[in-house]
Amino acid sequence: MPDVRDALSIGKRSDGSLVRRPLSPHLQIYKPQVSSATSIINRVTGIALSVGLILMVWWLVAAASGPKSFATAQGFVGSPIGLILMFGWTLALWYHFFNGIRHLLWDIGWGFEIKTSHQTAMIVVAATVVMTVICWIIGLAVWL
Amino acid sequence: MAEFTLPKNSKVVEGQRYKAPAGAKRVQEFRIYRWNPDDEKNPHTDIYEIDLDACGPMVLDALIKIKNEVDSTLTFRRSCREGICGSCAMNIDGTNTLACLKPIEAVKGAVKINPLPHMAVVKDLVPDLTQAYAQYRSIEPWLQSETPPPPDGERLQSVEERAKLDGMWECILCFCCTTSCPSYWWNGDRYLGPAVLLAAYRWIADSRDEHTGDRLDALEDPFKLYRCHTIMNCTETCPKGLNPAKAIGEIKKLMVQRQG
Repeated sequence: MPDVRDALSIGKRSDGSLVRRPLSPHLQIYKPQVSSATSIINRVTGIALSVGLILMVWWLVAAASGPKSFATAQGFVGSPIGLILMFGWTLALWYHFFNGIRHLLWDIGWGFEIKTSHQTAMIVVAATVVMTVICWIIGLAVWL
Repeated sequence: MAEFTLPKNSKVVEGQRYKAPAGAKRVQEFRIYRWNPDDEKNPHTDIYEIDLDACGPMVLDALIKIKNEVDSTLTFRRSCREGICGSCAMNIDGTNTLACLKPIEAVKGAVKINPLPHMAVVKDLVPDLTQAYAQYRSIEPWLQSETPPPPDGERLQSVEERAKLDGMWECILCFCCTTSCPSYWWNGDRYLGPAVLLAAYRWIADSRDEHTGDRLDALEDPFKLYRCHTIMNCTETCPKGLNPAKAIGEIKKLMVQRQG
């Protein structure tokens, strides 16, 4: 679909001839805010979760298919690369979970004041770290 | 659509430097976006060194000083110089604000000044606001009522009803919030943006207005309203301390509530 704003990029020189106006800088110059950073991380973790789900499903299906296929899957998931991916996935899961709650609170009309939104952002980050660490303590204790 | 980089003709290159006068003690650098439709060049950043001992306290004072004493070609909008007209809205030090309300001393290092983000540039710091004004017109920002006013006076409101409009009537339509919003950058052709949605809610929340249903119908659209993802750059940047994000949240709530 064409963007109606393209019409605004047609400007005029002093002699009346047409000139293409530039677009003013945006992402290049705008300072990241607490609010915008937590928002873009929510997007990124959402995408990462969806992609990471492929790995999770493979792992679970392998576990259900028998010891041989599970050994193959576990070989990758248990490797350093696999562990890093799994750690990233749990981190993304908890961030998306807690920030999702933050979004639900906004949906009922709570937490729009700048101060409150900064506080809830900090709570989301702290809860993400705590829950990820707890997850991995339990996970590693069971596994090792 | 989301395009994260600038088009070729919009890339900002280095410009020239205007040195401070000899003997200046408190020199401050101003890095200002320049584009002139008459010279076939890309936008560039000119650097002006200004003696703060001979300049007023606000960023607008510096811009006026530059235009008066250093470079008369510098183009920007200004009028009231006290935060009530909204003309001097621009991006200063990475966030949108009014140049007249921004103290120079609040900026660390060089003062970087750009036009409002992701807008077509008319010249230097002057963006084309045609689209934003057209969107404002589209929400019909006036009182709409079938009931005639009382013959002997005005349409009255209770103190509580009037209080609901606080935080909205103060908006001066500078579009700092709208042009701070990434959703508006990518989808501003159809998304109305925070300033216009705040104005829409100002009429939705008005007890005297009888077209609330029509107003909500007009906003019930995947783009006009629902491109807001609560990024909240709008509230963070509003030079008047208003809260467009909350107003948009209230509209979304009313949309759900009226479904029963």
